[in-house]
Amino acid sequence: MNNAILKCENLTKKFGPVTAVDGVTLSIPRGRIVGLLGPNASGKTTLLKLCNRLLTPTAGQVSIAGHAPGVETKKLVSYLPEKHYLNEWMRAADLIEFFGDFYPDFNRERAYRMLEKLALNPRDRLKTMSRGTKEKIQLSLVMSREAPLYLLDEPIGGVDPAARDYILNIILENYNPRSTILLSTHLIADIERILDHIIFIREGRVVLNKTVDEIRAESGQSVDSLFREVFKC
Amino acid sequence: MPWELDSDRPIYTQLMEQIELKVCAGLYPPGGRLPPVRELAREAAVNPNTMQRALAGLEESGLLYTRRTSGRFVTENQDMIRAVKSRLVREHTRDFLNKMGRLGFTHPEILEAVSSLMEENKNE
Repeated sequence: MNNAILKCENLTKKFGPVTAVDGVTLSIPRGRIVGLLGPNASGKTTLLKLCNRLLTPTAGQVSIAGHAPGVETKKLVSYLPEKHYLNEWMRAADLIEFFGDFYPDFNRERAYRMLEKLALNPRDRLKTMSRGTKEKIQLSLVMSREAPLYLLDEPIGGVDPAARDYILNIILENYNPRSTILLSTHLIADIERILDHIIFIREGRVVLNKTVDEIRAESGQSVDSLFREVFKC
Repeated sequence: MPWELDSDRPIYTQLMEQIELKVCAGLYPPGGRLPPVRELAREAAVNPNTMQRALAGLEESGLLYTRRTSGRFVTENQDMIRAVKSRLVREHTRDFLNKMGRLGFTHPEILEAVSSLMEENKNE
């Protein structure tokens, strides 16, 4: 049978005259950590939103484990959006209960363990926390689900280098060999060691789809420097 | 011994080299059991699939072997470990000679530099 957890066929999204995602065809297997890499405004966030049905395609289709995005796929996909959407008045512990009520695959124990590592008091309210801390909490919540597919939009965007290591660690520690993580970023050097597969997108189109070691063996350079070469301004 | 990875070469070949080094240095002794893949991957901060691939490569070469259900072990064959050691010595020495060559040193000059440095270290 088909082992792909995520498939896009000729996926296209237009906003009026602007084509944000342009005929993307992809198939991502289970058990991978995949980097969706591209410069600003290349269509990364739009692609992830299409996978979550926050947007509907202009043409083409997405399927997750064979289902079109919708109610069914919300059970399968753990999504970290680019925006903060958590209620500011809530305490960290409230959020854990809230997520636990929503998602049957949410592992409360794992979430509390992560808070502990962050030296966060579960009684603290979100509004008293810095932006970086909120980002870490949001990612911890998303990674506390035991989902077959994680879609992470810029998980390491706004945090300092030490926190970046913490986040990469979270991803590696909670990674299970049956799950796939697709994450978008433009900070490649920090992250390429943990990726299996790289997808470069530019102006809504896939321009490269290879493994990290293929790229290094073929070009003799890191993914980061290849990226700088491909997307040179 | 921390994991040191260059950014311009395939990761799995570098992981293979580093594990060989750790075996030669006795960090993973002959017949000893290796930590599980997940743990090694976390330690090296690399993708578990990449670590898995490196370990599979070393199994193929015979340096490691898997005992079903009980994990992955270092070979007990001392000859094989010695062979890896002498290969590593040759490789590192060749790298060193190439570097010195690029700096314009002749072989007698290199030998002299090496022996005088060894002499200094002995006195310390």
